[in-house]
Amino acid sequence: MFLKYLIVFGVGGFVCLIAQILIIRTRMTSARILVLFELIGVLLQAVGIFEPIKNFANAGITVPIIGFGASLARGAMEGVKKAGILGIFNGGVTATSAGIAAAVGFGYLFALIFKAHSKKS
Amino acid sequence: MDKLKINQEYCKFVENRLPKTRFFPSLLWAFLVGGLICCIGQGIFDGLMALFPSLSKDDVQAYTLVILIFLAAFLTGLGIYDRIGVFAGAGSIVPITGFSNSIVSPAMDFKNEGWIFGVCVKMFSVAGPVIVTGIASSMLVGLVYYIIGLFG
Amino acid sequence: MLNRVGERTIKFTKTPKLISGYAIVGPKEGLSPVSKYFDYILKNDLFNEKTYEIAERKMLEQAICGATDKANILSTDIDVLLSGDLLNQIISASYSARQIQTAFVGVFGACSTMTESIALGACLVDGGYCGRVACATCSHFSTAERQFRSPLELGCQRPPTSQWTVTGAGCSILANEGNGHNIVYATFGKVVDFGINDMNNMGAAMAPAAADTLRALFRDTNTTPSDYDLIATGDLGKLGSEILVDLMENYGYKMGENYCDCGQLIYSNKQRSFMGGSGCGCSASVINSYILSKLDSGDYKKVILMSTGALMSTTSSQQGETIPGIAHAVVIEKGR
Repeated sequence: MFLKYLIVFGVGGFVCLIAQILIIRTRMTSARILVLFELIGVLLQAVGIFEPIKNFANAGITVPIIGFGASLARGAMEGVKKAGILGIFNGGVTATSAGIAAAVGFGYLFALIFKAHSKKS
Repeated sequence: MDKLKINQEYCKFVENRLPKTRFFPSLLWAFLVGGLICCIGQGIFDGLMALFPSLSKDDVQAYTLVILIFLAAFLTGLGIYDRIGVFAGAGSIVPITGFSNSIVSPAMDFKNEGWIFGVCVKMFSVAGPVIVTGIASSMLVGLVYYIIGLFG
Repeated sequence: MLNRVGERTIKFTKTPKLISGYAIVGPKEGLSPVSKYFDYILKNDLFNEKTYEIAERKMLEQAICGATDKANILSTDIDVLLSGDLLNQIISASYSARQIQTAFVGVFGACSTMTESIALGACLVDGGYCGRVACATCSHFSTAERQFRSPLELGCQRPPTSQWTVTGAGCSILANEGNGHNIVYATFGKVVDFGINDMNNMGAAMAPAAADTLRALFRDTNTTPSDYDLIATGDLGKLGSEILVDLMENYGYKMGENYCDCGQLIYSNKQRSFMGGSGCGCSASVINSYILSKLDSGDYKKVILMSTGALMSTTSSQQGETIPGIAHAVVIEKGR
């Protein structure tokens, strides 16, 4: 149990560490970092090495945006298996629809409730 | 003097003058916060698995992400998430919570520009590329997979 | 006959006077080392308004009204209001002018607007076209951040070379007569671009323009840095002002203790503003409070004020253009 969480912490932290190095070295903006890591996830899933990493690291790799990319790719692949050509179009979005809908819905909700605060530092 | 030459000389000169920042603390914070967020995700996952044993692993995974997205959206609304981001850097950008933050923050910010052209349009000003490239690349993967399936 | 000296410097013959100044700043700037000189410090940076944009123009209106009050004139006594700001289509300035109801000339020089408008105003007064001119500008951290960088709540780190946009506004009243400090020279700057394209390193982008204008001023007026009690640049920040000192040394002028940067003055090191302040409001608030009081008290007798601006937009920078810089200088001598 403890070891499992240690691995989650280590892998998740490591992914963020790589991203931080990239931010410092290349001055990438957060949108670019998100896109890059998402594409890494798509790639990992497409070549089939995401599943073994996931079995080892659990949330350490699924919580970073890499997991989001992997779900997209996995959804597309499973969709193709099930529905043929139609799967190319609906597979990826179906697999990640919960996440996207949650972000959009909560975004709308909290924009309704809260107001942007000014920054202090 | 050749203008281009001044440019290059000057840019090099500025490059050398850039303040030497201490890398290490920001790397450490990114590591710690990123790891912590993943652990919270794992905790939610394990908790849900224990509470609702009838759910499939994939569904629990989806619930976990929705809960993390909700938490990040809520912290963004309270104005806390951006303060975490100040020291955590990539540690709070790369996890799915950063994705949530990047959708909620412009939505809140552009409230005054109206619901349609403010909130709805600007909501994707940061995270739009993530969704666009994600969907496009998943279609590409699906297409390649389909073609491979035809031959194999 | 032209009232000019040297290549680019204007010499004012009827000595237009800077008769009063008013500075208003936000809460963060209220904690600065020079905060006691400011006329008004906001308690919250929304200024009890609905949006940051309205707060910004309310600050500008208060600065203009405050400066006219200090000069014991009505806002209707102003012949021309010269004003500009950082937002698209300089809306803060135009909407404030809608309230003030005087002739209005919108000027845009990015962060250099303060000295640009003082120099222009001095020309109008010196030429005998205006009796009283108000020169005002403002900036607001939250509006600038929304326009140029990222949403306020987005959790991202600021690079170490970044600067903090000052929430503040300042207004100077120039007049052809009255009790004030004399504006003697003005040098309008050239647009100089040495190829910096990092939006988070404005100091380095503006420093060459500042050095160019400063060199022209020294050469035209046949002076050296040591002839002045204070040489104040607008918002070069820590890195930018170090580069300026180096560049000036290359040009053969040694900048001494009398050199300071408003962007560095306005925040203390503890305030996590990285290289210092920036924005129109930076030089506007420091010039109209700190430097003006030091002129009043006699600590300074002859000063150079030079606001610096970076003339890029979000579009140009997304298209990969480099950042052009500009700097306008005015020389003011103690008169009262």
